[in-house]
Amino acid sequence: MKKLINSPDTVVTQALQGVAAAHPQLKVDVENKVITRAGGPRTGKVGLVSGGGSGHEPLHGGFVGYGMLDAACPGEVFTSPVPDQMLIATRAVNGGAGVLHVVKNYTGDVLNFQMAAELAEDEGIEVVPIITNDDVAVEDSLYTAGRRGTGATVFVEKIAGALAEEGADLGTVAAGAREVNERSRSFGVALSSCVVPAAGKPTFELGDSEIELGIGIHGEPGRTRTTHSTASDLAAVALDAIGADLSLDTDLLVMVNGMGGTPLIELYLLFNEVRQQVEARGGRVARNLVGNYITSLEMQGFSVTVGQLTDTLTRLWDAPVDTPALRWGR
Amino acid sequence: MDAAVFRAWIVTAAEVIEANRDHLTQLDAAIGDADHGINLARGFAAVLGALDAASPAGPGAILTLTGNTLISKVGGASGPLYGTAFRRAGKSLGDAADVDMPAVSAALDAALAGVQQLGAAREGDKTMVDALAPATRAFGKAIADGASEPEALRSLAEAAEAGAEATIPMQALKGRASYLGPRSVGHEDPGAVSTALILGALRDAAQAGR
Repeated sequence: MKKLINSPDTVVTQALQGVAAAHPQLKVDVENKVITRAGGPRTGKVGLVSGGGSGHEPLHGGFVGYGMLDAACPGEVFTSPVPDQMLIATRAVNGGAGVLHVVKNYTGDVLNFQMAAELAEDEGIEVVPIITNDDVAVEDSLYTAGRRGTGATVFVEKIAGALAEEGADLGTVAAGAREVNERSRSFGVALSSCVVPAAGKPTFELGDSEIELGIGIHGEPGRTRTTHSTASDLAAVALDAIGADLSLDTDLLVMVNGMGGTPLIELYLLFNEVRQQVEARGGRVARNLVGNYITSLEMQGFSVTVGQLTDTLTRLWDAPVDTPALRWGR
Repeated sequence: MDAAVFRAWIVTAAEVIEANRDHLTQLDAAIGDADHGINLARGFAAVLGALDAASPAGPGAILTLTGNTLISKVGGASGPLYGTAFRRAGKSLGDAADVDMPAVSAALDAALAGVQQLGAAREGDKTMVDALAPATRAFGKAIADGASEPEALRSLAEAAEAGAEATIPMQALKGRASYLGPRSVGHEDPGAVSTALILGALRDAAQAGR
Protein backbone atom coordinates (compact mmCIF):
# COMPACT_ATOMS: atom_id res chain seq x y z
CA MET A 1 0.00 0.00 0.00
CA LYS A 2 1.54 3.32 -1.07
CA LYS A 3 1.71 6.05 1.58
CA LEU A 4 3.65 9.30 1.87
CA ILE A 5 5.49 8.31 5.03
CA ASN A 6 9.03 7.54 6.13
CA SER A 7 8.17 4.78 8.57
CA PRO A 8 4.87 3.63 10.15
CA ASP A 9 6.34 4.28 13.62
CA THR A 10 7.03 7.97 13.04
CA VAL A 11 3.87 9.06 11.20
CA VAL A 12 2.32 11.04 14.05
CA THR A 13 5.48 12.74 15.36
CA GLN A 14 6.75 13.69 11.92
CA ALA A 15 3.32 15.04 10.93
CA LEU A 16 3.34 17.12 14.12
CA GLN A 17 6.74 18.51 13.17
CA GLY A 18 5.14 19.55 9.89
CA VAL A 19 2.21 21.18 11.69
CA ALA A 20 4.70 23.13 13.82
CA ALA A 21 6.63 24.27 10.76
CA ALA A 22 3.50 25.26 8.84
CA HIS A 23 1.66 27.10 11.64
CA PRO A 24 3.78 29.39 13.80
CA GLN A 25 0.61 30.52 15.58
CA LEU A 26 0.55 27.07 17.18
CA LYS A 27 2.90 25.69 19.79
CA VAL A 28 3.56 22.02 19.17
CA ASP A 29 5.06 19.81 21.86
CA VAL A 30 6.12 16.97 19.58
CA GLU A 31 7.48 14.74 22.34
CA ASN A 32 4.30 14.81 24.43
CA LYS A 33 2.03 15.23 21.41
CA VAL A 34 0.19 18.35 22.55
CA ILE A 35 -0.81 21.27 20.28
CA THR A 36 -1.65 24.58 21.97
CA ARG A 37 -2.07 28.19 20.89
CA ALA A 38 1.31 29.93 20.84
CA GLY A 39 0.10 32.74 23.11
CA GLY A 40 -0.59 30.57 26.15
CA PRO A 41 -3.73 30.70 28.29
CA ARG A 42 -5.72 33.91 28.68
CA THR A 43 -6.47 34.62 32.33
CA GLY A 44 -10.16 34.19 33.09
CA LYS A 45 -11.01 32.40 29.84
CA VAL A 46 -12.36 28.86 29.93
CA GLY A 47 -9.87 26.53 28.26
CA LEU A 48 -11.00 24.06 25.59
CA VAL A 49 -9.12 20.79 25.17
CA SER A 50 -10.00 18.07 22.72
CA GLY A 51 -8.19 15.04 21.47
CA GLY A 52 -8.53 11.68 19.87
CA GLY A 53 -6.76 9.30 17.59
CA SER A 54 -4.77 10.72 14.68
CA GLY A 55 -5.89 10.10 11.12
CA HIS A 56 -8.93 12.42 11.32
CA GLU A 57 -7.11 15.61 10.34
CA PRO A 58 -7.81 18.49 10.45
CA LEU A 59 -9.65 17.30 13.62
CA HIS A 60 -8.47 18.23 16.26
CA GLY A 61 -5.15 20.05 15.84
CA GLY A 62 -6.44 22.03 12.85
CA PHE A 63 -9.09 23.58 15.09
CA VAL A 64 -6.68 25.03 17.66
CA GLY A 65 -6.69 28.81 17.56
CA TYR A 66 -8.71 31.95 18.26
CA GLY A 67 -12.42 31.23 18.65
CA MET A 68 -12.09 27.46 18.87
CA LEU A 69 -9.83 25.05 20.80
CA ASP A 70 -6.98 25.98 23.13
CA ALA A 71 -5.31 22.58 22.87
CA ALA A 72 -5.50 19.28 21.04
CA CYS A 73 -3.99 15.92 21.99
CA PRO A 74 -3.42 13.62 19.02
CA GLY A 75 -3.03 9.93 19.81
CA GLU A 76 -1.50 7.30 17.58
CA VAL A 77 -3.47 6.68 14.39
CA PHE A 78 -7.05 5.77 15.36
CA THR A 79 -5.97 5.31 18.99
CA SER A 80 -7.10 7.54 21.82
CA PRO A 81 -4.38 9.70 23.36
CA VAL A 82 -3.22 8.89 26.89
CA PRO A 83 -4.10 10.68 30.17
CA ASP A 84 -0.57 12.16 30.50
CA GLN A 85 -1.01 14.13 27.27
CA MET A 86 -4.43 15.36 28.27
CA LEU A 87 -3.16 16.45 31.68
CA ILE A 88 -0.29 18.41 30.10
CA ALA A 89 -2.78 20.08 27.73
CA THR A 90 -5.25 20.81 30.53
CA ARG A 91 -2.56 22.45 32.66
CA ALA A 92 -1.28 24.45 29.68
CA VAL A 93 -4.67 26.01 28.85
CA ASN A 94 -5.94 26.59 32.37
CA GLY A 95 -6.46 30.34 32.75
CA GLY A 96 -8.12 29.91 36.13
CA ALA A 97 -11.68 29.58 34.77
CA GLY A 98 -11.67 25.81 34.33
CA VAL A 99 -11.29 23.57 31.33
CA LEU A 100 -13.81 21.90 29.02
CA HIS A 101 -12.84 18.50 27.62
CA VAL A 102 -14.50 17.80 24.27
CA VAL A 103 -14.60 14.01 23.97
CA LYS A 104 -15.95 11.89 21.13
CA ASN A 105 -17.93 8.91 22.39
CA TYR A 106 -15.54 6.00 21.94
CA THR A 107 -14.69 3.75 24.88
CA GLY A 108 -10.97 4.56 24.71
CA ASP A 109 -11.39 8.32 24.43
CA VAL A 110 -13.92 8.41 27.26
CA LEU A 111 -11.79 6.27 29.62
CA ASN A 112 -8.56 8.19 29.00
CA PHE A 113 -10.21 11.61 29.34
CA GLN A 114 -11.93 10.41 32.53
CA MET A 115 -8.55 9.47 34.02
CA ALA A 116 -7.04 12.79 32.90
CA ALA A 117 -9.91 14.77 34.45
CA GLU A 118 -9.38 13.01 37.78
CA LEU A 119 -5.65 13.84 37.68
CA ALA A 120 -6.37 17.49 36.79
CA GLU A 121 -8.92 17.81 39.58
CA ASP A 122 -6.34 16.45 42.01
CA GLU A 123 -4.27 19.48 40.99
CA GLY A 124 -7.19 21.83 41.62
CA ILE A 125 -8.19 22.43 37.98
CA GLU A 126 -11.94 22.28 37.41
CA VAL A 127 -12.75 20.08 34.40
CA VAL A 128 -16.11 19.46 32.75
CA PRO A 129 -16.35 16.86 29.98
CA ILE A 130 -18.76 17.09 27.05
CA ILE A 131 -19.19 13.83 25.17
CA THR A 132 -20.34 14.10 21.57
CA ASN A 133 -22.54 11.27 20.28
CA ASP A 134 -24.22 12.36 17.05
CA ASP A 135 -23.83 9.32 14.77
CA VAL A 136 -27.33 8.02 13.98
CA ALA A 137 -25.87 4.93 12.27
CA VAL A 138 -25.75 3.37 15.74
CA GLU A 139 -29.43 2.49 16.05
CA ASP A 140 -29.60 0.57 19.28
CA SER A 141 -27.50 2.50 21.74
CA LEU A 142 -28.85 0.38 24.61
CA TYR A 143 -26.96 -2.68 23.33
CA THR A 144 -23.81 -0.91 22.20
CA ALA A 145 -21.25 1.51 23.61
CA GLY A 146 -23.68 4.22 22.48
CA ARG A 147 -23.72 6.56 19.51
CA ARG A 148 -20.31 7.56 18.22
CA GLY A 149 -19.07 11.12 18.23
CA THR A 150 -18.39 12.35 14.70
CA GLY A 151 -19.12 15.55 12.74
CA ALA A 152 -21.02 17.34 15.51
CA THR A 153 -17.67 17.56 17.29
CA VAL A 154 -16.64 20.26 14.78
CA PHE A 155 -19.83 22.23 15.53
CA VAL A 156 -19.33 21.81 19.29
CA GLU A 157 -15.70 22.96 19.16
CA LYS A 158 -16.61 26.04 17.08
CA ILE A 159 -19.59 27.15 19.14
CA ALA A 160 -18.17 26.34 22.58
CA GLY A 161 -14.97 28.06 21.46
CA ALA A 162 -16.92 31.20 20.55
CA LEU A 163 -18.68 31.16 23.94
CA ALA A 164 -15.37 30.81 25.78
CA GLU A 165 -13.85 33.62 23.72
CA GLU A 166 -16.77 35.89 24.74
CA GLY A 167 -15.90 35.26 28.38
CA ALA A 168 -18.67 32.81 29.29
CA ASP A 169 -18.05 30.76 32.43
CA LEU A 170 -17.38 27.00 32.40
CA GLY A 171 -21.00 26.03 33.12
CA THR A 172 -22.27 28.21 30.27
CA VAL A 173 -19.66 26.95 27.81
CA ALA A 174 -20.46 23.34 28.74
CA ALA A 175 -24.21 23.95 28.42
CA GLY A 176 -23.70 25.47 24.97
CA ALA A 177 -21.57 22.52 23.91
CA ARG A 178 -24.21 20.08 25.15
CA GLU A 179 -26.98 21.96 23.35
CA VAL A 180 -25.09 21.81 20.03
CA ASN A 181 -24.46 18.08 20.45
CA GLU A 182 -28.11 17.42 21.28
CA ARG A 183 -29.29 19.38 18.22
CA SER A 184 -26.90 17.67 15.77
CA ARG A 185 -26.90 14.31 13.96
CA SER A 186 -24.54 12.66 11.47
CA PHE A 187 -24.49 9.77 9.02
CA GLY A 188 -21.50 8.49 7.00
CA VAL A 189 -21.01 6.35 3.90
CA ALA A 190 -17.78 4.66 2.76
CA LEU A 191 -16.96 3.89 -0.86
CA SER A 192 -13.58 2.41 0.06
CA SER A 193 -11.62 1.32 3.14
CA CYS A 194 -8.74 3.12 4.81
CA VAL A 195 -5.28 1.77 5.58
CA VAL A 196 -3.82 2.20 9.08
CA PRO A 197 -0.10 2.89 8.45
CA ALA A 198 1.12 0.36 11.04
CA ALA A 199 -1.23 -2.33 9.66
CA GLY A 200 -0.29 -1.65 6.03
CA LYS A 201 -3.45 -3.12 4.53
CA PRO A 202 -7.08 -2.10 4.20
CA THR A 203 -9.08 -2.33 7.42
CA PHE A 204 -11.96 -3.92 5.51
CA GLU A 205 -12.65 -5.09 1.99
CA LEU A 206 -15.34 -3.60 -0.23
CA GLY A 207 -16.14 -5.00 -3.66
CA ASP A 208 -15.96 -2.73 -6.72
CA SER A 209 -19.66 -1.95 -6.59
CA GLU A 210 -20.14 -2.18 -2.80
CA ILE A 211 -20.51 0.62 -0.25
CA GLU A 212 -20.83 0.59 3.54
CA LEU A 213 -23.71 2.62 4.97
CA GLY A 214 -23.29 4.10 8.44
CA ILE A 215 -19.50 3.90 8.45
CA GLY A 216 -17.59 5.14 11.49
CA ILE A 217 -14.53 7.35 11.26
CA HIS A 218 -12.09 4.50 11.98
CA GLY A 219 -13.18 2.18 9.22
CA GLU A 220 -15.40 0.35 11.69
CA PRO A 221 -18.38 -0.99 9.78
CA GLY A 222 -21.79 0.56 9.92
CA ARG A 223 -25.37 -0.54 9.46
CA THR A 224 -25.25 -2.45 6.22
CA ARG A 225 -23.29 -3.15 3.10
CA THR A 226 -25.09 -2.48 -0.14
CA THR A 227 -24.65 -1.72 -3.84
CA HIS A 228 -23.28 1.63 -4.86
CA SER A 229 -25.78 4.16 -6.12
CA THR A 230 -26.08 7.81 -7.22
CA ALA A 231 -25.17 10.86 -5.15
CA SER A 232 -28.85 11.74 -5.07
CA ASP A 233 -29.75 8.33 -3.61
CA LEU A 234 -26.94 8.48 -1.04
CA ALA A 235 -27.95 11.98 0.07
CA ALA A 236 -31.46 10.61 0.60
CA VAL A 237 -30.15 7.65 2.62
CA ALA A 238 -28.18 10.01 4.89
CA LEU A 239 -31.05 12.48 5.31
CA ASP A 240 -33.56 9.67 5.94
CA ALA A 241 -31.36 8.32 8.72
CA ILE A 242 -30.83 11.78 10.22
CA GLY A 243 -34.43 12.91 9.67
CA ALA A 244 -35.74 9.87 11.53
CA ASP A 245 -34.19 11.31 14.68
CA LEU A 246 -34.06 15.08 14.16
CA SER A 247 -36.67 17.31 12.58
CA LEU A 248 -35.25 19.03 9.52
CA ASP A 249 -37.95 21.68 8.92
CA THR A 250 -36.00 24.57 10.41
CA ASP A 251 -32.84 26.62 9.86
CA LEU A 252 -29.94 24.20 9.66
CA LEU A 253 -26.17 24.12 9.79
CA VAL A 254 -25.13 21.43 7.29
CA MET A 255 -21.69 19.94 6.85
CA VAL A 256 -20.90 17.74 3.89
CA ASN A 257 -17.61 16.21 5.00
CA GLY A 258 -15.12 14.23 2.96
CA MET A 259 -13.57 11.13 4.56
CA GLY A 260 -10.12 11.97 3.20
CA GLY A 261 -10.12 10.42 -0.27
CA THR A 262 -13.11 12.12 -1.86
CA PRO A 263 -12.59 14.88 -4.45
CA LEU A 264 -14.09 18.26 -3.59
CA ILE A 265 -15.99 18.27 -6.88
CA GLU A 266 -17.97 15.28 -5.60
CA LEU A 267 -18.51 16.86 -2.18
CA TYR A 268 -19.93 20.01 -3.81
CA LEU A 269 -22.15 17.90 -6.07
CA LEU A 270 -23.37 16.02 -3.00
CA PHE A 271 -23.90 19.23 -1.04
CA ASN A 272 -26.19 20.45 -3.78
CA GLU A 273 -28.22 17.24 -3.52
CA VAL A 274 -28.40 17.58 0.25
CA ARG A 275 -29.47 21.23 0.02
CA GLN A 276 -32.27 20.47 -2.43
CA GLN A 277 -33.51 17.53 -0.42
CA VAL A 278 -33.41 19.51 2.83
CA GLU A 279 -35.57 22.17 1.18
CA ALA A 280 -37.95 19.50 -0.11
CA ARG A 281 -38.30 18.38 3.52
CA GLY A 282 -39.20 21.90 4.61
CA GLY A 283 -35.82 22.95 5.97
CA ARG A 284 -33.29 25.62 5.03
CA VAL A 285 -29.51 25.32 4.89
CA ALA A 286 -28.71 28.56 6.69
CA ARG A 287 -25.01 27.83 7.17
CA ASN A 288 -22.74 25.20 5.63
CA LEU A 289 -19.32 23.61 5.55
CA VAL A 290 -18.16 21.61 2.52
CA GLY A 291 -14.75 19.94 2.67
CA ASN A 292 -12.55 17.59 4.67
CA TYR A 293 -13.04 18.32 8.37
CA ILE A 294 -13.19 14.95 10.15
CA THR A 295 -11.53 12.36 8.01
CA SER A 296 -10.65 8.68 8.11
CA LEU A 297 -7.18 8.61 6.50
CA GLU A 298 -7.56 7.98 2.74
CA MET A 299 -11.09 6.58 2.90
CA GLN A 300 -13.31 7.49 -0.01
CA GLY A 301 -16.72 8.52 1.22
CA PHE A 302 -18.58 11.26 3.04
CA SER A 303 -20.56 12.12 6.10
CA VAL A 304 -23.42 14.55 6.45
CA THR A 305 -23.87 16.39 9.75
CA VAL A 306 -26.98 18.47 10.37
CA GLY A 307 -27.40 20.84 13.29
CA GLN A 308 -30.57 22.73 14.16
CA LEU A 309 -29.73 26.42 14.54
CA THR A 310 -31.16 29.04 16.87
CA ASP A 311 -30.44 32.77 16.62
CA THR A 312 -27.84 32.42 19.37
CA LEU A 313 -26.17 29.39 17.81
CA THR A 314 -26.06 31.14 14.41
CA ARG A 315 -24.42 34.17 15.99
CA LEU A 316 -21.85 31.97 17.74
CA TRP A 317 -21.19 30.02 14.52
CA ASP A 318 -20.59 33.34 12.71
CA ALA A 319 -18.26 34.66 15.42
CA PRO A 320 -14.63 35.17 14.34
CA VAL A 321 -12.43 32.09 14.19
CA ASP A 322 -8.78 31.80 13.22
CA THR A 323 -7.44 28.24 13.10
CA PRO A 324 -5.54 26.31 10.42
CA ALA A 325 -8.74 24.63 9.19
CA LEU A 326 -11.52 27.17 9.93
CA ARG A 327 -10.97 30.87 9.47
CA TRP A 328 -13.36 33.75 9.07
CA GLY A 329 -14.43 37.13 10.42
CA ARG A 330 -11.09 38.24 11.74
CA MET B 1 6.27 -16.44 44.03
CA ASP B 2 8.94 -13.74 44.25
CA ALA B 3 9.89 -10.70 42.18
CA ALA B 4 11.90 -12.82 39.73
CA VAL B 5 8.75 -14.74 38.73
CA PHE B 6 6.70 -11.58 38.27
CA ARG B 7 9.43 -9.94 36.26
CA ALA B 8 9.69 -13.07 34.11
CA TRP B 9 5.88 -12.96 33.68
CA ILE B 10 5.97 -9.44 32.29
CA VAL B 11 8.96 -10.21 30.04
CA THR B 12 7.22 -13.35 28.73
CA ALA B 13 3.97 -11.43 28.23
CA ALA B 14 5.84 -8.78 26.23
CA GLU B 15 7.37 -11.50 24.04
CA VAL B 16 4.10 -13.31 23.43
CA ILE B 17 2.25 -10.05 22.68
CA GLU B 18 4.97 -9.05 20.21
CA ALA B 19 4.81 -12.52 18.59
CA ASN B 20 1.01 -12.19 18.30
CA ARG B 21 1.02 -8.51 17.29
CA ASP B 22 -0.31 -9.13 13.79
CA HIS B 23 -2.74 -11.83 14.90
CA LEU B 24 -4.33 -9.52 17.50
CA THR B 25 -4.46 -6.68 15.00
CA GLN B 26 -6.19 -8.94 12.47
CA LEU B 27 -8.77 -10.01 15.06
CA ASP B 28 -9.35 -6.32 15.80
CA ALA B 29 -9.66 -5.46 12.10
CA ALA B 30 -12.58 -7.88 11.87
CA ILE B 31 -14.69 -6.26 14.59
CA GLY B 32 -12.84 -3.15 15.77
CA ASP B 33 -10.33 -0.71 14.38
CA ALA B 34 -7.25 -2.79 13.60
CA ASP B 35 -4.84 -1.53 16.25
CA HIS B 36 -5.01 -3.86 19.27
CA GLY B 37 -1.79 -5.81 18.64
CA ILE B 38 0.07 -2.69 17.54
CA ASN B 39 -0.90 -0.76 20.68
CA LEU B 40 -0.29 -3.54 23.19
CA ALA B 41 3.08 -4.41 21.66
CA ARG B 42 4.08 -0.74 21.88
CA GLY B 43 2.88 -0.62 25.50
CA PHE B 44 4.69 -3.77 26.64
CA ALA B 45 7.89 -2.67 24.91
CA ALA B 46 7.67 0.52 27.00
CA VAL B 47 7.02 -1.56 30.12
CA LEU B 48 10.25 -3.52 29.55
CA GLY B 49 12.13 -0.23 29.29
CA ALA B 50 10.51 1.06 32.48
CA LEU B 51 11.33 -2.15 34.39
CA ASP B 52 14.96 -1.89 33.32
CA ALA B 53 15.14 1.79 34.26
CA ALA B 54 13.45 1.55 37.66
CA SER B 55 14.13 -2.05 38.81
CA PRO B 56 11.15 -2.22 41.17
CA ALA B 57 11.85 -4.49 44.12
CA GLY B 58 8.77 -6.59 44.87
CA PRO B 59 5.95 -8.32 42.97
CA GLY B 60 3.48 -5.53 43.81
CA ALA B 61 5.83 -2.77 42.64
CA ILE B 62 6.52 -4.61 39.37
CA LEU B 63 2.82 -4.90 38.55
CA THR B 64 2.10 -1.31 39.58
CA LEU B 65 4.87 0.01 37.32
CA THR B 66 3.56 -2.20 34.51
CA GLY B 67 0.08 -0.74 34.95
CA ASN B 68 1.26 2.87 35.14
CA THR B 69 3.35 2.44 32.00
CA LEU B 70 0.49 0.84 30.05
CA ILE B 71 -1.81 3.73 31.00
CA SER B 72 0.85 6.23 29.88
CA LYS B 73 1.80 4.54 26.62
CA VAL B 74 -1.03 2.51 25.12
CA GLY B 75 -4.04 4.76 24.72
CA GLY B 76 -7.29 3.43 23.33
CA ALA B 77 -9.52 1.45 25.68
CA SER B 78 -6.92 -1.23 26.30
CA GLY B 79 -4.44 1.21 27.92
CA PRO B 80 -6.69 2.26 30.81
CA LEU B 81 -8.23 -1.22 31.14
CA TYR B 82 -5.01 -3.26 31.23
CA GLY B 83 -3.27 -0.46 33.13
CA THR B 84 -5.96 -0.50 35.80
CA ALA B 85 -5.88 -4.31 35.96
CA PHE B 86 -2.12 -4.38 36.66
CA ARG B 87 -2.27 -1.42 39.05
CA ARG B 88 -5.06 -3.00 41.11
CA ALA B 89 -3.23 -6.32 41.16
CA GLY B 90 -0.04 -4.58 42.24
CA LYS B 91 -1.82 -2.67 44.98
CA SER B 92 -3.43 -5.90 46.20
CA LEU B 93 -0.03 -7.65 46.45
CA GLY B 94 1.38 -4.74 48.45
CA ASP B 95 4.99 -4.68 49.63
CA ALA B 96 5.51 -8.40 50.23
CA ALA B 97 8.75 -9.81 48.78
CA ASP B 98 7.17 -13.22 48.27
CA VAL B 99 3.47 -13.90 47.69
CA ASP B 100 1.48 -17.13 48.01
CA MET B 101 -1.24 -18.45 45.73
CA PRO B 102 -4.18 -17.02 47.72
CA ALA B 103 -2.52 -13.59 47.49
CA VAL B 104 -2.15 -13.96 43.71
CA SER B 105 -5.78 -15.05 43.53
CA ALA B 106 -6.87 -11.95 45.47
CA ALA B 107 -4.74 -9.77 43.17
CA LEU B 108 -6.40 -11.25 40.08
CA ASP B 109 -9.83 -10.68 41.63
CA ALA B 110 -8.84 -7.05 42.28
CA ALA B 111 -7.71 -6.72 38.66
CA LEU B 112 -11.03 -8.06 37.41
CA ALA B 113 -12.97 -5.72 39.71
CA GLY B 114 -10.96 -2.75 38.43
CA VAL B 115 -11.60 -3.64 34.80
CA GLN B 116 -15.31 -4.11 35.38
CA GLN B 117 -15.61 -0.89 37.37
CA LEU B 118 -13.92 1.14 34.64
CA GLY B 119 -15.33 -0.55 31.55
CA ALA B 120 -18.73 -1.56 32.96
CA ALA B 121 -18.53 -4.84 31.04
CA ARG B 122 -20.15 -8.03 32.26
CA GLU B 123 -19.46 -11.60 31.27
CA GLY B 124 -21.08 -12.31 27.91
CA ASP B 125 -20.49 -8.80 26.54
CA LYS B 126 -17.64 -10.12 24.33
CA THR B 127 -14.74 -8.33 26.01
CA MET B 128 -11.56 -9.13 27.95
CA VAL B 129 -13.80 -9.86 30.94
CA ASP B 130 -14.90 -13.07 29.20
CA ALA B 131 -11.35 -14.40 29.56
CA LEU B 132 -10.39 -12.75 32.86
CA ALA B 133 -13.50 -13.67 34.88
CA PRO B 134 -13.54 -17.44 34.23
CA ALA B 135 -9.75 -17.52 34.66
CA THR B 136 -9.83 -15.91 38.10
CA ARG B 137 -12.70 -18.21 39.09
CA ALA B 138 -10.87 -21.33 37.93
CA PHE B 139 -7.72 -20.22 39.72
CA GLY B 140 -9.56 -19.57 42.99
CA LYS B 141 -11.33 -22.92 42.76
CA ALA B 142 -8.10 -24.80 42.03
CA ILE B 143 -6.47 -23.28 45.12
CA ALA B 144 -9.51 -24.06 47.27
CA ASP B 145 -9.37 -27.64 45.96
CA GLY B 146 -5.76 -27.92 47.10
CA ALA B 147 -4.13 -27.83 43.67
CA SER B 148 -0.37 -27.33 43.42
CA GLU B 149 0.96 -24.03 42.11
CA PRO B 150 1.65 -25.37 38.58
CA GLU B 151 -1.81 -26.99 38.47
CA ALA B 152 -3.54 -23.82 39.61
CA LEU B 153 -1.68 -21.69 37.06
CA ARG B 154 -2.55 -24.20 34.36
CA SER B 155 -6.23 -23.93 35.31
CA LEU B 156 -5.93 -20.15 35.15
CA ALA B 157 -4.41 -20.12 31.67
CA GLU B 158 -6.70 -22.81 30.26
CA ALA B 159 -9.84 -21.14 31.56
CA ALA B 160 -8.71 -17.86 29.99
CA GLU B 161 -8.13 -19.57 26.63
CA ALA B 162 -11.49 -21.31 26.79
CA GLY B 163 -13.10 -18.01 27.76
CA ALA B 164 -11.54 -16.26 24.77
CA GLU B 165 -12.75 -19.00 22.42
CA ALA B 166 -16.20 -18.76 23.91
CA THR B 167 -16.44 -15.15 22.71
CA ILE B 168 -16.67 -16.34 19.09
CA PRO B 169 -20.46 -16.90 19.05
CA MET B 170 -21.15 -13.88 21.25
CA GLN B 171 -22.62 -10.58 20.06
CA ALA B 172 -20.58 -7.65 21.36
CA LEU B 173 -22.38 -5.33 23.78
CA LYS B 174 -19.43 -3.15 24.82
CA GLY B 175 -16.53 -1.47 23.05
CA ARG B 176 -16.19 -0.68 19.39
CA ALA B 177 -17.26 -4.15 18.26
CA SER B 178 -20.71 -3.44 19.68
CA TYR B 179 -21.41 -1.14 16.72
CA LEU B 180 -21.45 -4.22 14.50
CA GLY B 181 -24.38 -5.75 16.34
CA PRO B 182 -25.09 -9.25 14.99
CA ARG B 183 -22.17 -8.93 12.58
CA SER B 184 -19.78 -9.20 15.55
CA VAL B 185 -20.86 -12.85 15.94
CA GLY B 186 -18.36 -15.39 14.60
CA HIS B 187 -15.20 -13.49 15.58
CA GLU B 188 -12.97 -14.01 18.60
CA ASP B 189 -12.68 -10.92 20.76
CA PRO B 190 -9.14 -9.48 20.51
CA GLY B 191 -9.15 -8.24 24.13
CA ALA B 192 -10.16 -11.66 25.42
CA VAL B 193 -7.40 -13.24 23.32
CA SER B 194 -4.72 -10.86 24.60
CA THR B 195 -5.90 -11.51 28.17
CA ALA B 196 -5.49 -15.25 27.58
CA LEU B 197 -2.00 -14.65 26.15
CA ILE B 198 -0.96 -12.58 29.18
CA LEU B 199 -2.30 -15.13 31.68
CA GLY B 200 -0.69 -17.93 29.66
CA ALA B 201 2.58 -16.03 30.06
CA LEU B 202 2.20 -16.19 33.86
CA ARG B 203 1.86 -19.98 33.71
CA ASP B 204 4.85 -20.27 31.36
CA ALA B 205 7.06 -17.89 33.34
CA ALA B 206 6.37 -19.69 36.61
CA GLN B 207 7.05 -23.05 34.97
CA ALA B 208 10.29 -21.89 33.35
CA GLY B 209 11.49 -20.54 36.70
CA ARG B 210 11.30 -23.92 38.42
